[in-house]
Amino acid sequence: MQRIGVFVCWCGSNISATVDVEKVSAVLALEPNVVISQNYQYMCSENGQALIRNSIKEHNLTGVVVCSCSPRMHEATFRRACESAGLNPYMLEVANIREQVSWIHKDIEEATEKAIILGRTAIAKLRLNTPLTAGESPVIKRALVIGGGIAGIQSALDIAEAGYEVDIVEKSPTIGGNMAKLDKTFPTLDCAACILTPKMVDCAQNEKIDILTFSEIESVKGFVGNFKVGIRKKARFVNEKLCTGCGVCTQKCPSKRGLNDFNMNLNTRPAIYIPFAQAIPNVAIIDPEQCLKLKNGKCGLCAMQCPTKAIDYTQQDEIVEREYGAIVVATGYKPISLENFNEYGYSTYKDVVTSLEFERIMNAAGPTSGHLERPSDHKQPKVITFIQCVGSRDTSGCGKPYCSKICCMYTAKHAMLVREKYPDTQVNIFYIDVRTPGKNYDEFYRRAVEQYGVNYIKGMVGKVYKEGDNLVVQGSDLINNEQLLIKSDMVVLAAAIEPDPSVRKIATLLTTSIDTNNFLTEAHAKLKPVESPTAGIFLSGVCQGPKDIPETVSQASACAAKVIGLLAKDKLKCNASTAGADEMLCTGCSLCENVCPYGAITYIDKEFRLGGGRTEVRRVASVNPAVCQGCGACTVTCPSGAMDLKGFSTKQIMAEVDAICKN
Amino acid sequence: MQRLEVAFLEKAKELLSSGQVNRVLAYKKGEFCYDVSPAVFYSVEELENAVYNGFCGANLSKYLIQESKKEGKVAVFLKPCDTYSFNQLIKEHRVNRENVYVVGIECQGKFSIEKFYKTGVGFVASVQEDLDSVLVNGETKIDRNAVKLERCLVCKKQHVVYDELLVINEKKDGDLDRFEMVKKLEAMTADERFAFWKEQLSKCIRCNACRNVCPACTCTKCVFDNDDSQISSKANADSFEEKLFHIIRAFHVAGRCTDCGECSRVCPQNIPLHLLNRKYISDINEFYGEFEAGKDIAQKGPLTNYTTGDIEPNDFKGGNK
Repeated sequence: MQRIGVFVCWCGSNISATVDVEKVSAVLALEPNVVISQNYQYMCSENGQALIRNSIKEHNLTGVVVCSCSPRMHEATFRRACESAGLNPYMLEVANIREQVSWIHKDIEEATEKAIILGRTAIAKLRLNTPLTAGESPVIKRALVIGGGIAGIQSALDIAEAGYEVDIVEKSPTIGGNMAKLDKTFPTLDCAACILTPKMVDCAQNEKIDILTFSEIESVKGFVGNFKVGIRKKARFVNEKLCTGCGVCTQKCPSKRGLNDFNMNLNTRPAIYIPFAQAIPNVAIIDPEQCLKLKNGKCGLCAMQCPTKAIDYTQQDEIVEREYGAIVVATGYKPISLENFNEYGYSTYKDVVTSLEFERIMNAAGPTSGHLERPSDHKQPKVITFIQCVGSRDTSGCGKPYCSKICCMYTAKHAMLVREKYPDTQVNIFYIDVRTPGKNYDEFYRRAVEQYGVNYIKGMVGKVYKEGDNLVVQGSDLINNEQLLIKSDMVVLAAAIEPDPSVRKIATLLTTSIDTNNFLTEAHAKLKPVESPTAGIFLSGVCQGPKDIPETVSQASACAAKVIGLLAKDKLKCNASTAGADEMLCTGCSLCENVCPYGAITYIDKEFRLGGGRTEVRRVASVNPAVCQGCGACTVTCPSGAMDLKGFSTKQIMAEVDAICKN
Repeated sequence: MQRLEVAFLEKAKELLSSGQVNRVLAYKKGEFCYDVSPAVFYSVEELENAVYNGFCGANLSKYLIQESKKEGKVAVFLKPCDTYSFNQLIKEHRVNRENVYVVGIECQGKFSIEKFYKTGVGFVASVQEDLDSVLVNGETKIDRNAVKLERCLVCKKQHVVYDELLVINEKKDGDLDRFEMVKKLEAMTADERFAFWKEQLSKCIRCNACRNVCPACTCTKCVFDNDDSQISSKANADSFEEKLFHIIRAFHVAGRCTDCGECSRVCPQNIPLHLLNRKYISDINEFYGEFEAGKDIAQKGPLTNYTTGDIEPNDFKGGNK
């Protein structure tokens, strides 16, 4: 016979303002098996926990129900309290009467009734609880960083610094990400390459870091501390170990018409190329769509010219399997496609460019060697109009509802750089709001306005059209309340940023969650911003939400600290809620084995007595509790109901449903 | 058609007398021409009572769960649709394939006795079969399609697993769209659909024939027979409890049901139970691409396998039609 104690928390006024906590504890006191029912202002406080501990001892409790906030918040706290009073920690149930009741209801009577029902539900489940013990599993002391932009680079460097091995898996042929494409960085205007490339070199030279470029995540198995990851190393047709990056091949290649994606397709590159001068690894790659040898077998010039015989036209994709204790997602962003914004004429007029394209135009290593030229006729523009919030803060459905956060600052940067280098250029900026929180940010923006004379216009642009050689920007000036037609030589669009599309597949593989905008969800918006809800998966950089470089770097280091904290442990406590098969019901059909994401289920042939001296050998499922993570997929797949999960048995869930439906 | 039955008997005798198998799972005569039933024959003499004709609708694959566990090898005559069920059972480790000798036998579509009555022929004393027609009681000629089971109008045609084939004539017809009625149900409003199923399922007498005949329902102990599972008591709480029984059953076989149609064939109340399964099959096809349970033993079932291309819950635009 269970002896249950019920503890109702006020959570200050968080719960008690909407739920009659006195009534809840009084009503629950009448439930069968309940021997004591109390309420207290803050159950999670030391005094509250002492109340639980003392009651366990005083009343010889066999189980505890706490009616409080979400178990996500304090289940661990209350489990510890139970354990320290000598009760098995799994003899605790939490009824969530804050997030599920007081925070979402206004009517006190209704809320109180619901809180009582949830309390009864927890009691009904607890009656069927059994003490559980958690095993331990070892931690593989190696981390995986997915994405080799500044976020991934920083996380990897910090983890390696602590002495752990790290692999960076980057889908493009070089690490560096979007930051490598930037010209200058706000608010100090130092050049992006000057601050990024040394970090890239550090990665390459660090013996703890292994960089796998032109590689993608193919499969992920396992769980925190013990992930098994399949990585597809895509064929680059150049032997990475032999190539010295001398670049002879790129000069001799006759097929030179490929679009240079590093330069935002603004110029061309050969079929065999090195993405940019400081690429890491500094190794050539062949674009098979463009290479004459790979397309029709005629050519082979690069192989003939290569001094180290590094060219290998027969190279195939290769799958490498590696094991990790922790995984960092740093998949970054890309500017949104502008197909929904035809009014700005991006696809029609060559001289309407995106900000990232403008970065390359301004960059000394870019398509124009840093001369400000407009793409159509290579003339130097005299009037440039910038349009901000192209697809950001857009609730029409064409763009993104969120603020991309970086555009105000980089547009001010572009304006300032143009005015600095070409003082005779007129620069206009259309904006909705200028948002510049951050150290030295507002000062930076004010310099653009006050010192550099950039013409900021509050208002939106209706359309961009061509008149003769020039573009005309039609917009409204909200402050002067007038319509403007601004003749411009060039228009620069601050396109919204969105998570790199590869993140969807990766989130699925990692069984971690993404929000409606495809940003990865953190475990807690305020208190766990770099952890994903899936244990062992951490978030670094823009994949979690829009960020500029300083913020990205801070988050990347925070993320590394969490990874180091995990890898520093030799053993992790396993999950105690593991599955098991009732062998008398199991038919050995293998459905559970198919759905188990952890490979915890195997089959054995077992002899059963049928009575009357007869026996039967049957194939039955057997669960390895050290590997089972208690996800419950097997229990819902099993048609016979043979599979059950400790702590979440079908009977317990049925008892909960019954308790709810009884009212 | 008589040629096929002769060939069947010869093959069964040959398998038994050569000692290749020690028993044959096939069909035996009943009191009337239409009440044929599955049977195991241990000797050539016993085969006197064996038949193979248009009334041999029963899917023999499920019997192999027990038969394949016994001593010695068993021969079985499987129609194309039966082989799908058998394959699915192999995949689920429910039969011992090594103990079974499968003869894939020709099928020109099996009969529904109710459909004979509907033509107005009255008592059916004898049926002479032809490829396209049947002669009832030696006098009334009926189009074969008019008396076929629904499932035979949407035939699978191919044997997917066998050790040898016994096919004299290929089957030509059976190409109707099996999802036609599913589409009609989908086009209904929720209320209309509920009314349809309420009317159909209210006829259910819970005789369990559908479950007992179903080759996908092979649990050692069905959840409905397991008091400990509490499922029966939950279903009984509702005045319209049959719907829960049938819907839970459909869920349990979803992704494994080969659409053999046995549930509807054996239902004494003529409930079109196969439609529930077909709805799931059509949804699986829509969400995960064409999939036929039992067709390919190496192919993973879409409901118990996961790929990164799988539909995400938020990609699914369901709703109340």
